[in-house]
Amino acid sequence: MLTKRLIACLDVQNGRTVKGTNFVNLRDAGDPVALAARYAQEGIDELVLLDITATVEKRRTLIELVRNVAREVNIPFTVGGGIGAVADVEALLLSGADKVSLNSSVLREPGLIDELARRFGSQAIVVAVDARQTNETSQGAADETWEVFTHGGRHPVGREAVAWCREAAERGAGEILLTSMSHDGTRDGYALGFTRAVSAAVGVPVIASGGAGAASHFRDVLLPGGAEAALAASVFHFGDLSVAGLKNYLLAEGVAMRPAG
Amino acid sequence: MNIAVIDYQGGNVQSVLFALERLGMNATLTSDPDVIRGADRVLFPGEGEASSAMRALRAAGLDKVLPTLTQPFLGICLGMQLLGRHSQEGPAGGTELLGMLPFDVVRFTPPDAAHKVPHMGWNNLHDLKTPLFAGLHEPVEVSAQSDSNQVLAPSLLPTAADYVYFVHSYYAPVGDYTIAQTSYPAGVPFSAGVRYRNFYGLQFHVEKSGPVGERILHNFLTGDLG
Repeated sequence: MLTKRLIACLDVQNGRTVKGTNFVNLRDAGDPVALAARYAQEGIDELVLLDITATVEKRRTLIELVRNVAREVNIPFTVGGGIGAVADVEALLLSGADKVSLNSSVLREPGLIDELARRFGSQAIVVAVDARQTNETSQGAADETWEVFTHGGRHPVGREAVAWCREAAERGAGEILLTSMSHDGTRDGYALGFTRAVSAAVGVPVIASGGAGAASHFRDVLLPGGAEAALAASVFHFGDLSVAGLKNYLLAEGVAMRPAG
Repeated sequence: MNIAVIDYQGGNVQSVLFALERLGMNATLTSDPDVIRGADRVLFPGEGEASSAMRALRAAGLDKVLPTLTQPFLGICLGMQLLGRHSQEGPAGGTELLGMLPFDVVRFTPPDAAHKVPHMGWNNLHDLKTPLFAGLHEPVEVSAQSDSNQVLAPSLLPTAADYVYFVHSYYAPVGDYTIAQTSYPAGVPFSAGVRYRNFYGLQFHVEKSGPVGERILHNFLTGDLG
């Protein structure tokens, strides 16, 4: 049976992990390659490396990082963060990334999704959508409205989020990485109603992101929320939840999971 | 051990090379027919779209070379599908494939909105055949007629040993050539592995399937495949 996926997200800057971690046995907690390898060994299903480097050196350090992760890690990983040019996507995939995640660049130029999907296959193209609830309705209500934002939730782009997700999937995105900026960092749980609405609107897998704080949040977004995968960063980095403990909990709750070991 | 990985601009060859490196194996990335013919094992990765892949193989003359090979040969993902006769993928009626195996590749037709395409993620293997899968577990089937003296496994939870990573929208149906099955949607099996003579194929990304994938790759490279 196809399982739901747990994904750990690593923020990297200039080739180093930015957010701290609580891991004690790592040779160097700032080394994303060591961290990625550790998560893979613990049984995480997939990894996302989000590059937040803003220098001209970005491309070279990112390609070097992707090569090093691909050399060490025996599970799939996605790389994202400021990627726009077709040549960059090609270089990252040829370096060993399985998928590339795009956000602002495809909002500026939606046709890029079609072009990339034709060239590299939909399976390699993830469209990341950052959205914020823009009305005051209580969460999960039928009339909640969500808008797409960029720049960490600061800049609205004037698009309704569910419609944009549907367009991205129809243009050839193989997966939607859906982040609720209203939930990100709160640790109060994922945006269930929003995730459910997007999942029902698109024919491709949806990765839910933003708000994970407890094991039950994963169950909620994977079962009633309808997500195929749940992404988290800090709950894993700070050791609040172990991959094995979380997977055992989810299996016991009836979520299809690849066991950790 | 002389391993050739076929280079035809068919996608993620780097991941396959790194997986071999983790197993302590060196491989030659090549499109040279003589080098390919001289190898002990041939790996044929593939990603992307069938008609472009066939176009690239024809341009390199490999569509004529690959079916004549006699050493153990392993197609991965799209590389497995290309071993069949025909695929629904491609412009205007689909794509003619290499034809080493007698299957036609078709697209998943999900029964409802909860079943997404691509079939993406970790799924389990069952009905395993051939030494390619030596050392893997299979889920325990408990039938109503089972002998009451039979000792059942203490837990019927699946083990990590069963799971491998898939990403695909098209599949080969189950046939005589099937050596491993996976179900998507649940209860509807397709070919996760195929074989005819020396030609093996795996629909999943064996190079990205954790320790299970490493075991299967190791079996292919070092095992007596018969």
